[in-house]
Amino acid sequence: MTLSTIWVHAEAMDGTVSSTTLELLTKARDLADTVACFYAGDDADDIAEQLGEYGCETVYQTGDLEGALVGVPVAAAIAEMVDAGDGPDAILLGTSYDARDVAARLSVKLDRTVITNVVDVEVDDDTLIGTEPIFGGTTEVKTRFTGDGPYLMLVRPKSFPAEPSGGPAADVEDLDVPELGASGGARVIERHVEESEGPKLDEAAVVVAGGRGLGEEEKFAMVEDLAKLLKGAAGASRAIVDAGWVPYALQVGQTGKVVKPDVYIAAGISGATQHLVGMKGSKHIIAINKDPEAPIFGIADLGIVGDVHKVMPKLIEALQGR
Amino acid sequence: MNVVVCVKQIPDPADPGALDPDTKTLKRDVKLILDESDSYGVEMALQLVDAAGEGEVILVSMAPNNERSGLSTALAMGAASATLISDETLSGSDALTTAKILAAAIAEREPKLVITGSESSDGYTGTVPDQIAAVLDLPSVTMAKSISVDGDQVKVERQTDAGHDDVECPMPCVVSVTAGVVEPRYPSFKGIMAAKSKPVDEKTVADLGFDADSVGWAAAGQEIVEIADAPQREAGEVIEDDGEAYNRIVAFLDELKVI
Repeated sequence: MTLSTIWVHAEAMDGTVSSTTLELLTKARDLADTVACFYAGDDADDIAEQLGEYGCETVYQTGDLEGALVGVPVAAAIAEMVDAGDGPDAILLGTSYDARDVAARLSVKLDRTVITNVVDVEVDDDTLIGTEPIFGGTTEVKTRFTGDGPYLMLVRPKSFPAEPSGGPAADVEDLDVPELGASGGARVIERHVEESEGPKLDEAAVVVAGGRGLGEEEKFAMVEDLAKLLKGAAGASRAIVDAGWVPYALQVGQTGKVVKPDVYIAAGISGATQHLVGMKGSKHIIAINKDPEAPIFGIADLGIVGDVHKVMPKLIEALQGR
Repeated sequence: MNVVVCVKQIPDPADPGALDPDTKTLKRDVKLILDESDSYGVEMALQLVDAAGEGEVILVSMAPNNERSGLSTALAMGAASATLISDETLSGSDALTTAKILAAAIAEREPKLVITGSESSDGYTGTVPDQIAAVLDLPSVTMAKSISVDGDQVKVERQTDAGHDDVECPMPCVVSVTAGVVEPRYPSFKGIMAAKSKPVDEKTVADLGFDADSVGWAAAGQEIVEIADAPQREAGEVIEDDGEAYNRIVAFLDELKVI
C-alpha cells in the first residue's frame, strides 16, 4: 500500500543537497508512487540532478526570496497549491531551523497537525503513522494522522539511509509566492559564517562531546582538540549550552541535534535522558566520567571512570604522537 | 513596550513521569516547574522592557488544574502579570491547538513583542512559536541568540547551522530564543514575596471563544496507536582510571580503525 504523492522539503548549501533531504527522498520512494520536492531559492537547477538521482521527479522552487526567512513564503506558496487541488498526500520535512518554521506556518495555513521528531514512517491504508521517541528515547510512541491530508511530518535527521535510485534529473518548476503582507516582514540583513574546520556535527564519523564535568568553559578546548585529532566534530550537552559556554548549534540531544557517528566520545557528560536520545544511535560509544553511577555508562561500549582533566590530556597527547 | 512571554510549566525533567496508558496523556501527578528553556525568554523580556524604560512583561501559560508553580517562578523574576489558561478539555491538544489557544490569550494583551523558547523540554515539537505567529498573522524570527529593539523593529541574531544571521523584523512580531543566550536571574526574596500578589488572570477555553470540541484529542488530527519500550543498548566494559586508562581508549579507537 502506498500513497499517491509525497513532497519532500529540499534543503541545500552551496549547491549540495543536505543528507537529510536525501534520506527523506529515499524513504518517500517506498511510501508513495510519486515523489517531488519544494525548495526555497532560485537555484534549483543546480540541485535537480542530485534530487533526481534520489527519486525526486519535480522540484518546485520559490525563486529569490530577497532575504526573507523561508517559513512564511514557502508555506504560503505551498498552501496555494494545496488549495488549488494540486497538493500532495503528505509533506515530509527534515528537522532543521528553517524546516520547523515552514512546517509550523503550513500547519496553520492548512489547519493540519504536524507530527514532529519522527524517526520512522509507515503507510497505514491511506494515512501515515510516525514513530517518535519520548522520555529520552526510553519509550516509542506511534502516532497516526486522522482526518484529511496533506499530512505534515518533521523527521529527525539520520532516521533513514540515503540510497540513490538512479533517476534522471528532476524537472524544475516555479512556485507562485503570493503577497505576504505584514507576516513576511522578517529580513536577513547579513549572514555570518563561523568558519569551522572539519565535518558537520550531524554528519561526522567521529563526535567528541563535552559536558558539565569539564568544570569550566575554557576546558571545552580539550573537546575541540580531540575532535580535530580524530577528524571529527565537537558537540555538547545541554547543560553547557544552557550555561552559555558553547552555542546551541553544538547541542546534542532531544532538544538539539541527533547524531549517529561511528564513534561518540562523551567527556564529562553524565547522560541525562535528554542527552542520550540524541546520541544513543551511535555505533560505538566511549564515556569518560568521574561518577561510576552516571547513566552514560549504561549505554557505553567503553566506560572510563575517571577525571576528564586527567584522562583527556593524556589521550590527546598519545594521539598527537601517532 | 509590553512584551508577552509564553512559558510552559512542565514535570521536572529529572523526574519526567510517564504516559498514562488509558488516557495516553502525560501523568500530571508530579509537581510542575517552569521549563528552564523559557527562563531565557523571561530574562530577555525583562532586559528589553528595562532598556525601553516603560512597559511590562506579561506571561501567558497553558496548564492543567490551574497549576501555577512555574508561573510563580517567572513572576518572582520580575514579570508583572500572567494569563493562565486551564481547562480539562485541553487534554490531548496538539501543538497547533496549543498555539491557537495561546494566540487568543496573547491577542487580548496587545503586546508589541511576543517571546517564546525555541522548544519545550518535554514535548519539544519546536513548532509552537511560528504557529502562534501564523495564527496572529505576525512576522517572526526563530532561534534568536540576541534581541534588541530599534524603533518599530527588532534586530535579532538568529542561530544558523553555519553561524548566525542578522535579521530585522517589524513589530509586532514573535521571536523565539535559544537556551544559554542570557543568564536568567534568580528570584530574590523580595521578588518571591511580590509574586504572591501579582495578578494571574485565569481563563477557560470558552472564555477565549473556543468550543470544547475544537480543542483536545478531538481536534488533534492525530491519534496514538501504540506505546512501546524502545530497544535498549547494553552496557559494555567499564574500567576505573588508574592513570593509564587512556591507553584503553587508544586501543579501542585502533580496533575501530578510527586512528
